[in-house]
This record gives sequence, structure tokens and C-alpha cells, in this order.
Amino acid sequence: MAATDVDVFSNEEKRNLSLGGHVGFDSLPDQLVSKSVTQGFCFNILCVGETGIGKSTLMNTLFNTMFENEEASHYQNGVYLRPRTYDLQESNVHLKLTIVDTVGFGDQINKEDSYKPIVDYIDTQFENYLQEELKIKRSLFNYHDTRIHICLYFIAPTGHSLKSLDLVTMKKLDSKVNIIPIIAKADTISKSELHKFKIKIMSELVSNGVQIYQFPTDDEAVSEINASMNAHLPFAVVGSVEEVKVGNKTVRARQYPWGVVQVENESHCDFVKLREMLIRVNMEDLREQTHARHYELYRRCKLEEMGFKDTDPDSQPFSLQETYEAKRKEFLGDLQRKEEEMRQMFVNKVKETEAELKEKERELHDKFEQLKRMHQEEKRKVEEKRRDLEEEMNAFNRKKVAAETLSLSQPLKKDKDKKKSVKTENQSGVSASSSKVMMAKANVEPLNCQSWWQAIQCCTCLVHSAAWKPEGLF
Amino acid sequence: NEKQYVGFATLPNQVHRKSVKKGFDFTLMVAGESGMGKSTLVNSLFLTDLYKDRKLLNAEERINQTVEIIKHTVDIEEKGVKLKLTIVDTPGFGDAVNNNECWKPITDYIDQQFEQYFRDESGLNRKNIQDNRVHCCLYFIPPFGHGLRPVDVEFMKALHEKVNIIPLIAKADCLTPNEIKKLKDRIREEIDKFGIKVYQFPECDSDEDEEFKQLDKELKECTPFAVIGSNTVVEARGQRVRGRLYPWGIVEVENQSHCDFVKLRNMLIRSHMHDLKDVTCDVHYENYRAQCIQEMTSKLAQDNRMESPIPILPLSTPDVDTEKLIKMKDEELKRMQEMLNKMQQQMHEKDQ
Repeated sequence: MAATDVDVFSNEEKRNLSLGGHVGFDSLPDQLVSKSVTQGFCFNILCVGETGIGKSTLMNTLFNTMFENEEASHYQNGVYLRPRTYDLQESNVHLKLTIVDTVGFGDQINKEDSYKPIVDYIDTQFENYLQEELKIKRSLFNYHDTRIHICLYFIAPTGHSLKSLDLVTMKKLDSKVNIIPIIAKADTISKSELHKFKIKIMSELVSNGVQIYQFPTDDEAVSEINASMNAHLPFAVVGSVEEVKVGNKTVRARQYPWGVVQVENESHCDFVKLREMLIRVNMEDLREQTHARHYELYRRCKLEEMGFKDTDPDSQPFSLQETYEAKRKEFLGDLQRKEEEMRQMFVNKVKETEAELKEKERELHDKFEQLKRMHQEEKRKVEEKRRDLEEEMNAFNRKKVAAETLSLSQPLKKDKDKKKSVKTENQSGVSASSSKVMMAKANVEPLNCQSWWQAIQCCTCLVHSAAWKPEGLF
Repeated sequence: NEKQYVGFATLPNQVHRKSVKKGFDFTLMVAGESGMGKSTLVNSLFLTDLYKDRKLLNAEERINQTVEIIKHTVDIEEKGVKLKLTIVDTPGFGDAVNNNECWKPITDYIDQQFEQYFRDESGLNRKNIQDNRVHCCLYFIPPFGHGLRPVDVEFMKALHEKVNIIPLIAKADCLTPNEIKKLKDRIREEIDKFGIKVYQFPECDSDEDEEFKQLDKELKECTPFAVIGSNTVVEARGQRVRGRLYPWGIVEVENQSHCDFVKLRNMLIRSHMHDLKDVTCDVHYENYRAQCIQEMTSKLAQDNRMESPIPILPLSTPDVDTEKLIKMKDEELKRMQEMLNKMQQQMHEKDQ
């Protein structure tokens, strides 16, 4: 959508014109201020320091508010950041204050990775802003800015020098955020010790190339005070929300047996200086530096990482958006492929499981068949036996009848019923008479026995030989 | 309560201080036919003479006149506040015999400035971006007619979504108060009728006092402003004022009963200059940018445009075929399971 080039004649010689009267644009700053006040301000503070060093107390003291805080434990297994947002108001100015605490900092035995969550958090806020900026429909003017405007680094009051962790952490943070180092719990250091301590700290910072925030001296209105404050860094602070009566006033202080340390007494500590610099003079500059310097650096690095180059001005926004779009498409493609892979895997797994189940099914079926067969077999056998038995019975009955008819004509010497029924429930109604019939029959009929048992029953010769005499039958 | 004072109430002062140090810039476009008093009005507004050596064309030269764009940039200062003012002139607009699309060079110019800004804003190094976007366009309507003419309507419709338009009734010293009122009503009606979106004053804060609210209401009911400009200073009522000397009297530019010049100046410069810039940035420019991006991406043939940023993307809807396949397999599995159960049951019964 490149607009056709229009011939523009411009009177580029920017003349400084004198005005013939009061035009009225001197109200422009007021117009801007009025709009800012209506919109409200936001400010984000990151407090980095060991557990118990006084971060929460200092925040409470600075902002004259009891922000909800419980004491943190020393036993976190990592460092994590806890942001809390508060809405404050003073006269007609609304401030959305976010305080980010580093919980667990300095507590681990191995602190090599302690700085990482902090750096990640800062980067994430930048990233969120960048994403908002790159959206198609964006609303930057009412975006809740969560980028960290100031990092207060709490140095333990050892009186010697910075700790190794302090140096390492500050070096990782100095290109990402405005750092103001402060000496915490300064009421354990005497004046002379403090002087030496401050010099040592600053020289260590300088010799290690750590860039801390310098109060700006380019604006004549505040250059003097800022310059003098720069010389007092790092600020030695004492925080307290308790009030102690000193003379006829009640002030915020810490009461010791040997005296009272007053927070707002400039000869006791640098609290007032910190408040002055941080809140009353340079708050806006901190916000500006964050946006114009740290955020821009992050953005530049991020975009360069993504493959943008600042070369040909002609292809600028299009190449940015185009490359962005191309990368997004690529990413989408990747994602789709991965999805496809996963689907394929899933389908394969389903097939596998299916095959397994089929196998099991087959096995079970076979077993079933087998059992069925066995069952059939058993059944058949039982059937057979039953038939045999029935047959036997019938045969026996016939013989009985024959024997009876025979016995009516000719008595038998021995009346033996050799039949013993074990399997069937034939009663011992197989009486003597039926045995006679059987025997009679046996003389007449040929041996038609399928088992020895029956043979024994039927065979007269066996009866005659009477090698045995079944008991209980005669 | 001194003790409770934290101090962030100084933030507005800090903002004020920094803005004064940084300075301001403003780009004002004037459009309308020749002889409507545009240059004179600009001089009157800014109490200076921007058009010292300009050349006026005669009728013959204007027959085939194309619209030109001429920029004047000046640095002016008042009470420590620096303003880089750019006036964009559009000579030739509506002057030719055939004025078809005579606003095209103007819309092109505005788009060009948006494009330049978009380009700069998207670059890697954004330290010194110059904002040349047009923050306001004063459109001069001739007082001689009965309302808006076709060229007025077309111009405003072509521009109302690219720039803040403030329509003015030019050379209002040829109209009596009644005539002015009638013309204003007529024009407001036609603006509504044709759906033209002119610059709207933002609503008054609810906590402003009644007097202010009343003034604000009057201001809004006075649009379009009927203005008169003058390059000359005359003596009127014992004072030296900008005005026009007629046999029948002196028309004073800054006399509120003579014309709406003061209202215009107050609104344009003293109270809404910053808002004009904000609306340009937050509305007109954003619309341009969104449109630009969408055109670009449609070129890249992406059918599902997602708003989400690169690292976090919503998953695409799953493939219909794979879905069916999965469903089928599920059902098969279910069936097999049932069969197994049945068989087990049968065996169990047979055992008993």
C-alpha cells in the first residue's frame, strides 16, 4: 500500500520566527500533563536481596503503607519472583505500583542459577510489551506496563565489600534494568566504616564494569541535586514502620538500648535521599530510561535474533512484518508437523493395542473352544456310559423276565445276581428272579457283552465255575 | 500531612519538566480553494508571517492546475515551550476546471507520512524518529453557497478516516449573524447526512466546574467555526488589533461577537492541540497500520490470521480424516472389549 510519491516542496530552512503576541501553545505541557493524570501512572520496582535483609520493610517505609507481607522462609529450593500490584493515590495522582520481590534469593547452597529467574522475569515483561507492539490491533496507550523501571539491589552490611553473588547478579542485570544499589540495615555500620564501605563497593562496581543508574544531570532544573546525589551512592538505608517518640515528635525509627535510629534523619541514614531521588525527582526519568534504553536494546536483540536487519530502508516495515509472518508460518508448519507425528504415533499405538487385543481374543477363543471340546467330550462319555448303563438295564430286565419265566418252569440252584451297579442308581431291585432270567437268557443268547463286567453277568460258564460268589445276592 | 507524604504526586511536574525540555511538534494542514483566506488565517493563528514570498497564480495558470503540497516548518517558542510547527499547504485544490479526485495528492501525502512513520517504528534503531504525520486538517468551506458542495463532501469523506478534519466557514465577514447560524445548521446537518466524521472534542471531565462545562457545550454547538483572518493591524476602540477595515466598520479578528476565531484558536492551540496529536497516533495511524499489515499478510496467502504472537500459537483444528479414524478405532476397541466380556461370562456359566 505504498502511497504514490507526491512532489513535496518543503521550506526546510527552519526559521525561528518571532511571534507578534501570545499564541497560547505554551499550554502544551499542561495539556500533556492533564492527559497523563487522567490516564494514571504506573511504576514497577524490583527488590533483589537476601531473605530477611529488609526489602519489604523498606517498601513499607518508602510508600508509607503496610503492604501485606509475611516473612519469607529460608528454605525455598530456588529463587522465584513474586509481583504484587497496588493502587495508590496522592492528591489527584493515581499510581499503579507493582513491587516484585525475589523470594529465596541467596538462600540456596548453590547459587549459580540464582540470577536466572530474575533475568527471565525482566525479559518476560519486555517480551509482553513487544508482543503488544507487534499486534495488528494494539492499544499501547492503555496497556498495563509491567516492565521493571528500577531494581533496588540490597547489599548486606558486611562492611567489607560486595559479595560474589552480588557482583555476578548485578552484572547480569545492568544491561536490562536501572539498578540502584543500596546498603541495607545500615544501622550496623558506623560513619567511618560506611564511608570506606561505600568507596569499596563503588570501586568494585566500576572495576567490574557494572553499569548502575546515574541520576540524570542534563536538565538544569535538577542537574545539581542529581549530581550531588550521585556522589552518595550506594545509599545506606534503614527501614522502619514503627514509631518512636523523640523529643516532642513521633518519628519512624528503630529503638535500641543505646539510642534511637531515625529513618528520616539525614545524619542517621540516606533514606531521605533515596526517597527524594527515586520518587520525587527521577521517577519519570526511570520510566523513560526503561522504555527508551533498556526496552529498545531488548527489542533490537530480539528482532536481530529473529533475523531482521536494519539495512535497506525501502524494505523496512514490510520486511519486518513479512519476515515475522514468514516465521510465524514456519512455526505453524512445524507445529502442524509435530502434531501430525503425534497423531501418527497415536494411531500406531492404537493399532498395536488392537493387535494385542486381537491376539488375546484369539487365545481366549481357543481356550474356550478347547474347554468346550473337553466339555463335549466329557458329556459324550457320560452320555455313552449312560446309554450303556441303560442298555445294561434293559438287557438285565429282559433276562430277568426270561429268568422268571424260566424259573416258573425250572428252579435254579443258584440264583445269582452278579450285577452290581455302581454307576447307575439301579436299585437292588435287581432281584434274584431277574438273575435267573439273565442266566436263562444266557443259555439261549450268545454273549453280547461289551465289557468284562457284563460278560461276567451273562456268562453261564462263569456262573457255573463260580470262581467267586458275589456276596449279598443270594 | 507532611509525615504521610510519599511524594509521587510530583510525577505530573516531572512529566511537565521533561516535556518542556524535549519540546513539541505539530503538523497542521490547510485545504480549500484559493482565496479562502487560508494563509491569512494561519498567520493570524500563530501571530506571524509564514508566507512572505509566495507567488499567487492567475486564472489562466490555474485551469489545469494540479494540487501541490508545500510544507513550511518553523520553530517557535513561547514562555520556554518550544514548538516545531509544520504547515502543510495544498495550493491548487479545487482550482482547476476538472477537479476529479483533486484530493488524491493530499491523501497520498498523508499516507506517505504514515508509511514513513510505520517504517521508522518498525526499524531496529528507533532513537530519532521524526513524526511528520498530519495531526489536523483545517478545511475551508466557502461562505457564498448554501451548504456543502459536492467537492467538499467528497474531500471530507476521502480524508475523515486519515486525519482529524476541522471544517471552517471561511471569510465569514460576508455573512450576517443569522446567515451564519443558518449556514452552520445546514452544514452540520449535511455532515451528519453524508456520514462525515469530523474531529470531535473529547467529553468534558465530569469533575470540571459548571462554568467550564457550559463553555464546552457552547463550543461544541458553535461548529463549524466561522472565521476571519487578517494580516494587518488596525486601530479599533483605542487599541491596535488585527482586523479588516471597511467603510462600514472594522471587523476585529479577535472579537468574539464578530467571528469564531478566538474559539478556534483556543480549541486548536490552547486546549486540544495535544488531543489532536493523540487521536492521530492512537486512531488514524493505528487504522492505517492495521490495514497495511492485513494487506501484506493477505498477500502472503495466509488464510487463518491469528492474533497471537509467535511463541504462543493456537493449535490448528485437527484433521477431519484423522478424527474419523480415531473414532472408528475407538469403537472397534469397545466392541472387542464387549465380546471378550461376553465370552468370559459364558465360560463362567459353563463352569458352574
